Amino acid sequence: MTGFLSGSQGRLTGRRLVAVLGICLVACAAVALLAPLVGVSTGRGGRALELLGPGAFAEADPAHPILWVRIPRVLASLLVGAALAGAGCALQALLRNPLAEPFTLGISSGSSLAAVVAIRLGAEGAFGGAGVNAAALLGATATLLLIWQLARVGRQLPPATLILAGVTLSMFCSACTVLIQQLTDFAEVSKMLRWMMGGLDSMRLSTVEYAAPPTLAGLAVLLAYGRELNALAAGAEAAASVGVAVARTQTVIFVVASLLVGSAIAVAGPIGFIGLVVPHALRALLGPDHRLLLPASMLGGALVLAVCDTLARTVMAPAQLPTGAVTAVLGVPFFVVILLGHKRRAAMWGR
Amino acid sequence: MVRAVAWLELVDVSVALGKRDVVHGASASVCPGDLVVVVGPNGAGKTTLLRALAGLVPTRTGMARIMGRDAARTPRRVIARELAYLPQQYDLAFPFAVEEVVLLGRYAQQRGLGLASAADLAAASAAMAACDVAELAARRFDELSGGEARRVIVAQALCQGARCLLLDEPTAGLDPRHARALFQVVRDQCDAGAAAVVVTHDLDLALRYGGTMWLVAAGRLAARGAPADVLGAAATREAFGLPIHVGALPSGAKFAVPL
Repeated sequence: MTGFLSGSQGRLTGRRLVAVLGICLVACAAVALLAPLVGVSTGRGGRALELLGPGAFAEADPAHPILWVRIPRVLASLLVGAALAGAGCALQALLRNPLAEPFTLGISSGSSLAAVVAIRLGAEGAFGGAGVNAAALLGATATLLLIWQLARVGRQLPPATLILAGVTLSMFCSACTVLIQQLTDFAEVSKMLRWMMGGLDSMRLSTVEYAAPPTLAGLAVLLAYGRELNALAAGAEAAASVGVAVARTQTVIFVVASLLVGSAIAVAGPIGFIGLVVPHALRALLGPDHRLLLPASMLGGALVLAVCDTLARTVMAPAQLPTGAVTAVLGVPFFVVILLGHKRRAAMWGR
Repeated sequence: MVRAVAWLELVDVSVALGKRDVVHGASASVCPGDLVVVVGPNGAGKTTLLRALAGLVPTRTGMARIMGRDAARTPRRVIARELAYLPQQYDLAFPFAVEEVVLLGRYAQQRGLGLASAADLAAASAAMAACDVAELAARRFDELSGGEARRVIVAQALCQGARCLLLDEPTAGLDPRHARALFQVVRDQCDAGAAAVVVTHDLDLALRYGGTMWLVAAGRLAARGAPADVLGAAATREAFGLPIHVGALPSGAKFAVPL
């Protein structure tokens, strides 16, 4: 019987699938219900943790309005977390690299550039936050198409060219973004910087309502490709020889994952680390079978981002930390753990 | 006299990698029950020829046919039910267990989530037993030795349950006992009606188990026929740059020795 943390659990059985996903679902639901109840009261005695009772869900309760400010935020964090972690897991499989990030493909930089341009052109004044969100989504889509065109070889999308195209575009968009910031006045630059740090504050329910159906649809599409992602682990030719339609699979995964990342950025700005950390850690715990890893990553990502977002709004209350900053802080100890693990394996196996 | 229908065919196939033609005008056919061994010097185009037979490379001219259908126009899943291909190198990016790797071969037979059915498990354990990797089932694939990993991938190809086996150097890195056992497994499959094309550098085993031998040199099918004849032919001596002596031990076992 292989060890729990050795990453090798033997083949996936229906029982294990249901058991693990059941636990993830329960944990996620618990966080979803408790997060809106958590708050911090700032009175003369300093800051104190304040938990609303479940009675706050009733309309007559005086705490009800506070709850309803938080609920869209929690819902958005669940959605964005699931999208980022799900897309991250799929992209790690597509790129055959367990350290790939959703942002490796440059979608984030293209999206940020579009958002920055929108802010510069005054979209925030004209359309409010929705204008910037829409611009970010457009930017993500345009970047996606450009990378697809640059990276494809025939009908296939080889990992090497995808990464190169992504890095190239990423550098170009970052350069343009910095240039625009140089030509902008200070107040608008702060808005841009704030957007680029990623955050879920002042989230409206309407945004969540718009974002939820396409996000859930995208996640469902990814879930349908679990076996194909397993087969792709050995490369395009090995996958083709067991019967996978490689070009179609690569294209669908790339497009859907990129759109998920794009819409996550459009809703909440670029929030890093979730898309890398959650699938990577879960792979060590649950094994590399994507039929389990994909749904678990989605649920795990939702849970982690909801927790991070709750921390972001409570840890330094009444100030709100950008959620992207909290996830970045989580990322550092995580990478230390990966590094130590790699060093141990390299010492044992010599590579 | 009834002529056997060819399961695999190459019809005047040329394959280009970049600007260079790696295979020139190759025509061949493989019928049920055939065990074809393919030999030739390094870089002669054996792997490319095998990949062309499997429909895995686009052909510049000509056509590859699998079960009578144009390989370029047939979906991979349909091909995979009839043809199993063993690549020369297998590089796994994630830490799958051996059993999971073997079960990947059942992709074309599965639907939906594809959780292993009784039929899948039976095919996998038969394949693992045939390749002597059954006790490695729970081990991590990336922790195996080269020869053990090779046997696991052969088990994956066998697990596919396909009637045609295209194996690229299946015995590379295998010790003599396992190499012979592997050829025996392929021989048994062909005796039961399957067709196999095996690229190998192991001339003894090719001689002993092969039904037909193809010599590939400089991208062309330079010779074909019974293994003993092909190994002794002038074309082979020219291709390898060494004469190859084919002999037999008093027990009847044949051997081939480069001189």
